[in-house]
Amino acid sequence: MSRAPYDGVVLTCPVTVPYVRYSNETAHWWIARALRAALDAAGMTPQELDGFSVSSFSLFPDTPVGLTQHLGLTLRWLDTVPMGGASGVVAVRRAARAVQAGDVDCVACVAGDANEIDSFRKLLSGFSRFSMDAVYPYGFGGPNASFALLTNAYMAEYGVTRADFGRIAVAQRANALRNPDALMKTPLTLDQYLAARPIADPIALFDCVMPCAGSEAFLIMREDEAQRRGLPYARVSSAIERHNAFPDDPIQLRGGWAVDVDELWGMAGHGPDQIDLLQTYDDYPVISMMQIEDLGFCEKGAAKDFVQAHDLTIDGDFPHNTSGGQLSVGQAGAAGGYLGLVEAIRQVTGQAGPTQVKDAQRALVAGFGMINYDRGVCSAAAIIEGVTP
Amino acid sequence: MSQPLTPPKKKDPQKRSVVPTLPPLGRSRAALGLSAAAAEGRFALQHCAECGTVQYPPRDACCRCLGVTLEWSETETGGTVLAQTTVRASPDPYFRERLPWRMGSVKLDVGPVAVCHLHGDVARGDVVRMALKLDKAGQGVLIALPQQRTKAMEDDPVLRSLTAHPKHRRVLITDARSHFAAPLADALLKAGATRVFMGEPETWRRWPERDALAAMDGVELLPLDVTDAASVQKLAAQIGGKVDILINTARFIRPGGVLMHDTVFARDEMEVNAMGLMRLAQGFGPGMAARTADGVNSAAAFVNILSAYALVPDAGYGAFAASQAAARSISQTLRAEFRPSGLRVMNVYVGPTDDDWHQSLPPPKVAPNALARSVMSGLIEGLEDVYCGDVANNLAERWKVDAKVLEREMTGGGA
Repeated sequence: MSRAPYDGVVLTCPVTVPYVRYSNETAHWWIARALRAALDAAGMTPQELDGFSVSSFSLFPDTPVGLTQHLGLTLRWLDTVPMGGASGVVAVRRAARAVQAGDVDCVACVAGDANEIDSFRKLLSGFSRFSMDAVYPYGFGGPNASFALLTNAYMAEYGVTRADFGRIAVAQRANALRNPDALMKTPLTLDQYLAARPIADPIALFDCVMPCAGSEAFLIMREDEAQRRGLPYARVSSAIERHNAFPDDPIQLRGGWAVDVDELWGMAGHGPDQIDLLQTYDDYPVISMMQIEDLGFCEKGAAKDFVQAHDLTIDGDFPHNTSGGQLSVGQAGAAGGYLGLVEAIRQVTGQAGPTQVKDAQRALVAGFGMINYDRGVCSAAAIIEGVTP
Repeated sequence: MSQPLTPPKKKDPQKRSVVPTLPPLGRSRAALGLSAAAAEGRFALQHCAECGTVQYPPRDACCRCLGVTLEWSETETGGTVLAQTTVRASPDPYFRERLPWRMGSVKLDVGPVAVCHLHGDVARGDVVRMALKLDKAGQGVLIALPQQRTKAMEDDPVLRSLTAHPKHRRVLITDARSHFAAPLADALLKAGATRVFMGEPETWRRWPERDALAAMDGVELLPLDVTDAASVQKLAAQIGGKVDILINTARFIRPGGVLMHDTVFARDEMEVNAMGLMRLAQGFGPGMAARTADGVNSAAAFVNILSAYALVPDAGYGAFAASQAAARSISQTLRAEFRPSGLRVMNVYVGPTDDDWHQSLPPPKVAPNALARSVMSGLIEGLEDVYCGDVANNLAERWKVDAKVLEREMTGGGA
């Protein structure tokens, strides 16, 4: 059965509440700020909103149900997407269909997390049952150690060097220097990348994201409503999602995108050459490389050559993670799963300001989430196209 | 290759002892199956009773057929290291103090992939044998070991943290007169123990093996009467700060059941076997628990020799068995009380021993050397429950299958 297009539904009002390394504010506070900013951009009051999709790790003991009373929202559609780095794209897939079907008029999609001192260690301790039973007792290196194992195997399998990963990190830092909200403010050279403090071999300091507090948001509404309000918006031309793909792969060298890549391009009606910018989920450079391969930009195992052959900066021939990505902006918990998507909406609607890619119309945004045991379980991707009134 | 441990320097009394921390303690109930297997040195994983799939990490349902009958069965230990890393930063206090820490991902020959500790002598691509060991938190963890023994492999810091190897450690054997105290002291010294203190009760009473024992290099005989709290406290004050492994060999035994048994003997059995253990734990336990992170010669294990009839009595030794059941129960409470320190309580269950008090029983009986070997292997393997000899193993197996059926058999209800 062919999939129905996401016709008549659009993404609008992208918002990033600037991140901070440590904050005493709660997830509730961060989510409220992003929601308020998105509604302000649309000229809506909280009372007008009827749909809400939330992603956050640090709301406990609340769930988004608690947020409705906390924030004074009366809703007819409420969702929570606990999928970490895949949250943004998955929120779009669900909310777009609900808006399309008329179950709801406008969904505010918000992701945000607090980051107090020591809260990252506490988050890790309770992350998943398999992590508790079968990962953290072994050195408690957190996701750094888990991704170190994947990186170690990926490097050996495809002959990749740390300098190849460095291409990604260095280009993203260059992009981040144009983004005033990025937490990383100093330039990064390849030599500095290679000489960085080792964290969990072969992962070193600049392969890791910095946990921080922050939030991201955007609105999903009918296209005619966005037009009525005079808002720049983006259409969704294709979107995929997959969980626990390739369970028999002994170690993760590919993600679920590889299962659905043909459907992704088939639904969009074009190929990778029509994409103006790519936002990968960059919790570690190895995962960005997997996405470049598994989403069809190059053959499997050839991402190392791809990143060497292309300029990944904003003004380059293959703009990638234009805001600086999580590696240089920071990872605000579940907001990390929104960062690329929100930046992509800004880009294709011409609102990216200092990080704007010239003539950007089409963006591919990929998500990757939740290292439950030995691999990331959730993968997702969406292609969006900008329409400026 | 593993580097041989260097003998520890004399402790600087002005320096603060490192406060013990534990690796992550929390586990799901399913994962405790790993700890139960590790406690006995078995390599067991979950097997689906319906489709036979072997799975890891432990689950509540089969990841192949959704069957919920999952059995912990002995499993092939072979595997291949797919990936390795050296963790150099950790937010966890236990590992932070022990960085760098090597871990890896191993494809088990039976199917699943295990994230595990890596022994220093294994690397990516190696064919390894997996073992389940108890970590300092008392939880079962997987370690990939070299397939063939390597030189000084037991000195690998990760493996050493998972065992109670006597090398460079100081040991107290609480009753030098026990039949197997001499072979045990000998084995401990041969395994690299730096000193073996031996408690001597009733020093006024002469005994033939004393001179040979006292002449052994590294052995020191000291007065100790486990029925006397003052005696225990006195010795603890004297040597408590340097006892790394305590092996309680004190035992009082008289044949006889309940109806016809003299309660004076029963009281002595309780005094030595149960209360004695309690006094030893009170005297030496806190000091040992404070020194479990004290470097190469850190405190590692508190060992009890228990009769296997602690699990179910042999009516012919009924009062003695009651004292053993009491001692076993006390040892389990000690496990809870020592848990925050990482000090291991190891119980070595033994059947009838080859001595005067079991003279009338038929074989098999456990020889002193065999019991010494069991204690040694328990320390070296890092076990929590050891069954020495055929009778103890047989009883334990039947007890695990059905304690009530075993009780009927032991009380004259069997064929």
